Amino acid sequence: MPGSIKDRVAIMGVGYTKFGELWDKSQEDLLVDAAYEAYNDAGIEPKDIDAIWVGVFYYFTGLSGCTAVEPLKLFGKPATRVENFCASGMDAFRNACFAVASGVYDIALACGVEKLMDSGSRGLPGLKDFGHPVYGNASAPAMFALAATRAFHKYEWTKEDLAKVAVKNHYNGAAHPKAHFRREIKIEEALNAPMIAAPLGRYDCCAMSDGAAALILTRPEIAKQYKHKDDYVLVKGNGLAVETVMPFYKPSFDYLGFPATQKAAQEAYKQAGIKDPRKEISCAEVHDCFTITELLNYEDLGFCKKGEGAELIREGVTAIDGELPVNPSGGLKCFGHPIGASGCRMLVEITKQLQGRADGRQVKDPVLGLAHNLGGPASVASVTILGRT
Amino acid sequence: MVGIKACGAYIPLYSLSRELIAKAWDFPPVPGSRALANNDEDSITMAVEAGWDCLHKIEPKTVDGVYFATTTSPYAEKQGAALIAAALDMRKDVQTIDFTDSLRAGTTAMIAAYNAIKSGTANSILVVASDCRIAEPESMFEFQMGDGAAAVLLSKDDVGATIEGFHTVSEEFTGPWRRAKDTYIREFEVKHDGIYGFANQVGAVLMGLAQKYKLDPKSVSKLIMYAPDPRAPVEIAKRMGVDAKNVQDTMFFSIGNTGTALAPMMLVAALEQAQPNQKMVVVGVGDGADALLLNTTDKVSQIKGKRGVTGHIFSMKPLKNYNEYIRNKQLLERERFSRRTSTVIYYRDKAKILNLHGMKCKACGTIQYPIQRVCMECGAKDNWEEIRLPKTGKVFTFTLDHLVGGEYLVTPVPRIVVNLDGGGKIFLEMTDCEPNEVKIDMPVELTFRWLHESAYFRHYYWKCRPVRGGISK
Repeated sequence: MPGSIKDRVAIMGVGYTKFGELWDKSQEDLLVDAAYEAYNDAGIEPKDIDAIWVGVFYYFTGLSGCTAVEPLKLFGKPATRVENFCASGMDAFRNACFAVASGVYDIALACGVEKLMDSGSRGLPGLKDFGHPVYGNASAPAMFALAATRAFHKYEWTKEDLAKVAVKNHYNGAAHPKAHFRREIKIEEALNAPMIAAPLGRYDCCAMSDGAAALILTRPEIAKQYKHKDDYVLVKGNGLAVETVMPFYKPSFDYLGFPATQKAAQEAYKQAGIKDPRKEISCAEVHDCFTITELLNYEDLGFCKKGEGAELIREGVTAIDGELPVNPSGGLKCFGHPIGASGCRMLVEITKQLQGRADGRQVKDPVLGLAHNLGGPASVASVTILGRT
Repeated sequence: MVGIKACGAYIPLYSLSRELIAKAWDFPPVPGSRALANNDEDSITMAVEAGWDCLHKIEPKTVDGVYFATTTSPYAEKQGAALIAAALDMRKDVQTIDFTDSLRAGTTAMIAAYNAIKSGTANSILVVASDCRIAEPESMFEFQMGDGAAAVLLSKDDVGATIEGFHTVSEEFTGPWRRAKDTYIREFEVKHDGIYGFANQVGAVLMGLAQKYKLDPKSVSKLIMYAPDPRAPVEIAKRMGVDAKNVQDTMFFSIGNTGTALAPMMLVAALEQAQPNQKMVVVGVGDGADALLLNTTDKVSQIKGKRGVTGHIFSMKPLKNYNEYIRNKQLLERERFSRRTSTVIYYRDKAKILNLHGMKCKACGTIQYPIQRVCMECGAKDNWEEIRLPKTGKVFTFTLDHLVGGEYLVTPVPRIVVNLDGGGKIFLEMTDCEPNEVKIDMPVELTFRWLHESAYFRHYYWKCRPVRGGISK
């Protein structure tokens, strides 16, 4: 029987850059900014770091542990580059958790970074550099558009349901100083936007952007000796699940929900002791690479029953003032999705929400927060639950 | 007796009216329209489609060879026939030969197949003739050319038309021609070509055939002749004593001049309308001429293709824009996106890519594609049977993808998850369609196309398309 990470890891400091089209910043700039902000927040020096995990997706952002060690000059330290599609950053965090929980290392740096804007591509670059010479491949929006087509057909969801997700997230992002997009939008803008991969239009897709985020992890007894000794955040549960990378060929796959998220969530909830996520989760940063994905995430994360995802957005349940605020930061929609960085950024956001010092819209008195990533053609998912006590 | 056991054709879905071509260049109006291959088609893909059209009632593994005739192979060094044999899922111990360089390569390939079967080295050979010649824009050739393919299965028994014999003459002649490095066809003096390159050669070969087989011109029910224009065969018929009404339609106004595929295609069209016991003469012209003498049998009504020439012409759709010609013939210098590739991978996966083989798990019965060691559904390892996938199905889900190769395209690529009839799911692009006609549960059929030329070799694969009309009953 696998064990649990509950209460064995504390987040003692966090840092992150502004996210956006950061043409002037290299991957070095981004990691230095994020990591040093985290060191200051934790009250530590670089030499206090015992081990590093860095989440990166693209080879052009960086290869090997050098991706983090070179900019931060942590020469000689053990450093691992983690790649797991869009769950890269959270998987880096997950491995750093195991490192400190095991007692082999005391203080670990978990970070993520991506320089998408260096690629010169419309949409995620290099998908044509991976995969088979001829088998069907698709742009990232196309992969999830296949689910939207089925959901429209089976559940009669509409483009308006999708647009409401974009409107909600933009409302949140407009108040966040580090978001890429800081502008509220009207539903008509979303409905009339140019198509990217039907039925998803421009406002149904998160944008390309650059960014980095970092967290300093340790065991709770060590956290008690540093800056956040009274309000460090605990890791309550974590799950990771990998499913097929070829869902379009899997005979039994129905496109209405993603098993990877379901399984990762189940494991995280079990470790955290959560029985009713809808009631017990105070706020969540979920993977809204596309608006349809957010609606299906509600179901896969157990916030509602299968087929009811659209009802949550229609009834305002996931708005900032609703029963379960989702993406209070503005989500991937407003921050963009520098792949390696996103998981770490979500964890930074939930940490600050729990500590009552969110940089954007603050959720009222949160107790348990959830962060979720879903990567590839919905192949890899990770869910982390954080809490204060 | 050696003869034709089955026949078929492939004509692209789209036709470009000559009126649109004339308008593009401020020419006076010209009647009719020409068949135009889509931008994912070439002489090899059309040959494969014609092959499946011809073999719709015949198992490809029973055929002993494929002869491919074309003047427009995408390759100067690489055999088309071997590739076609793979896409037709034929055996490996078959005779594959390319016949090329001449507008009479189609009839020449038929003669060679006849000789092979008669000599006993094969029981049956599929002859496919296919061309998509490129004419220079703003030229007379541009109006005349057409794209298409025809297929005839020659066999030693069970035939709908016997091949009584043939005659052939060789003539060194220049016009029309194209050097290996030229894109466009050339012609120096049209009138001279008409007399010395065409009429004289046809006259010589028909005289030779008539002498050899004591053939009475009045007994010929169909005179099927490649021709550079629709009037030429009628004039020749008159001179030879063949009734003008027995001259086979060149289809100039519906398809255009399909090069080396033209005479075979006209033959297939003639066979689709033929009665038993009719004499037919088929003439191919170019660098000399070929003439074959055929006699239909009482089985002639059973040898039609799935659509044949008739069904393909019936189901064609008109294009709205002349620009399609420039785009489909790849006449503009542009960046074309490439994918990560490897001939090693392409070859290793050949049966899945060209023959379109999938697997049936022996433990749980699930049909899957691509073939994998461990079953996707039940986890059984190395316990499956390799199968030929069905080529029809329904749309399970789809999207219209505007992001292709890191660029935003105004016209999206429809990407379809197809539920194949009988089992299995496959993820393919859709072609020959308007993006907004795609719907869930829409019936589709698979079609052989080329996707891209990464690393400078043409990547052939399958796409799906809305089920095309014109299927014979």
